[in-house]
Amino acid sequence: MWDYLKLGILGVIAVLAAIAANYAHDLAYMVNAVMVMIAAAITFLVVLRGIDEPKTVNPLEYMDDVVRAGVIATVFWGVVGFLVGVVIASQLAFPQLNFEFLQGFGNFGRLRPLHTSAVIFAFGGNALIMSAFYVVQRTTAARLWGGNLGWFVFWGWQLVIVLAASGYVLGGTQGKEYAEPVWYVDILITVVWLAFLAVFAGTLMRRKEPHIYVANWFYLAFIITIAMLHLINNMAIPVSIFGSQSVQVTAGVQDAMIQWWYGHNAVGFFLTAGFLGMMYYFVPKQAERPVYSYKLSIIHFWALIFLYIWAGPHHLHYTALPDWASTLGMVFSIVLWMPSWGGMINGLMTLSGAWDKLRTDPVLRMMVVSIGFYGMSTFEGPMMSIKAVNSLSHYTDWTIGHVHSGALGWNGMITFGALYFLVPRLWSRERLYSLSLVSWHFWLATIGIVLYASAMWVSGIMEGLMWREVDANGFLVNAFADTVAAKFPMYVVRALGGGMYLMGALIMAYNLWMTVRAQPAMASSHAAVPAQ
Amino acid sequence: MHMYSFLREFADSWALISLFAIFVGIALWAWRPGSRAAHDAAARSIFQYETKPASGPVRADGPEKGA
Repeated sequence: MWDYLKLGILGVIAVLAAIAANYAHDLAYMVNAVMVMIAAAITFLVVLRGIDEPKTVNPLEYMDDVVRAGVIATVFWGVVGFLVGVVIASQLAFPQLNFEFLQGFGNFGRLRPLHTSAVIFAFGGNALIMSAFYVVQRTTAARLWGGNLGWFVFWGWQLVIVLAASGYVLGGTQGKEYAEPVWYVDILITVVWLAFLAVFAGTLMRRKEPHIYVANWFYLAFIITIAMLHLINNMAIPVSIFGSQSVQVTAGVQDAMIQWWYGHNAVGFFLTAGFLGMMYYFVPKQAERPVYSYKLSIIHFWALIFLYIWAGPHHLHYTALPDWASTLGMVFSIVLWMPSWGGMINGLMTLSGAWDKLRTDPVLRMMVVSIGFYGMSTFEGPMMSIKAVNSLSHYTDWTIGHVHSGALGWNGMITFGALYFLVPRLWSRERLYSLSLVSWHFWLATIGIVLYASAMWVSGIMEGLMWREVDANGFLVNAFADTVAAKFPMYVVRALGGGMYLMGALIMAYNLWMTVRAQPAMASSHAAVPAQ
Repeated sequence: MHMYSFLREFADSWALISLFAIFVGIALWAWRPGSRAAHDAAARSIFQYETKPASGPVRADGPEKGA
């Protein structure tokens, strides 16, 4: 019965999408409507083919097929996102790469949101969803709740990614940083995200283990807060139901404040809380030691929750925002040092008594370096939020360097560590294909980040100083174009660092592929994950 | 009084104090005497049920029998 209802709904969606494509006011909307139509048609066929097959679920098995799909998607989108990053970094160094025949589609302005969304929401989002599904099952000792709802979350998120990415290239954007997807994609995100919340919370509610392990707290905070941020920042009224344009409900400084309340908490809850959930599970597992201090992890969690939400105004120093608000943002950003470093110490000290493992285990080394970058970028961030520092750093490449030491160093490395941990277990392989390839990945990525971050420090501080330089009569010394010319060598080094990071990710993709492909499945039953 | 002024005053007095008090309460609760055993058990809980869910409810003080 439910299957017939599904077929009906999918058919209606496909027809409505076809009608929408016909009446579309703009190219991005039309292409997106066609994509929705194709996605609905494919899903229709899949449901139709399985309609009379008996569906049996073994509650004594974990639901790992959706996690396996998430692992593949994470690696794929990671490579795509890093590749686009290297392309736009090269475009900044060599503007000729904004090819004439690609104007309006493949130039920097169109590709930049493609890069940021691909790495944050496609790579990071898939990593968070699949690891949340893996961790919540293991720590609650219960199978994932909701049956195929987990698959809906996975495929729904891929559809969000494809719609958003194609929309950006064709000009469909609402112009809010990290919240570029247009109104109808925002609605789809809301639906998928609520399903994600339902699957996660449902699994927690039917847990067999009485205690809810701290990683789950971080995951839950991430899911709930992102839902709230997304809904409030995307309050917009569509100009037409057949177009991608919409008008924001709030305007001026209110809109700016809501945008950066969203933007900073996307960093705080998507890229920090969610990935801390990964840290609190995968680091102890890989080190085979419990977390250093469970009490500290509780304090870490609540301090982060209480403080992060207020830090957003530091993005709007010296703007129309009231002074008290930007001071508030600065103060809370500085107080954030405390939980951030508490968490870093907790992660690093988990290795106390097992430091020798760093010599032999490159996966653990990757995780430790990621915690180091977490500490470093959460030191740098509060420092940059101080108004006097911000007056030098804001609008310069220093900000980009800061973001990338966090994103490449912390988010990227902890995800790589989790992927190396997960693939042998999910596919029941005894070990990774090659540890020396992991070492290659480790060094390429680490040196790449160091090149990237140091190039951006030099470039950012230089351009900040050049912008404010005045002569004896009070006239500005440098034109803007002078700073652009002066930055050229640093831009080349940045592209090189990004290229090394991409190379490392390609090596990882090959290594993980060969782990599954070229190694025999484990024969024994004790650790085998039953194939579906 | 305007809504804005009222909210401003409320936010930096009662709201701030109560949020801070809740946070201090959580910290004191985490460090309450005698909680070490429970926290150690929680920290170690990730080393069970790696491959299969529990077949029945798990007791708070350890893995189920036969797991």
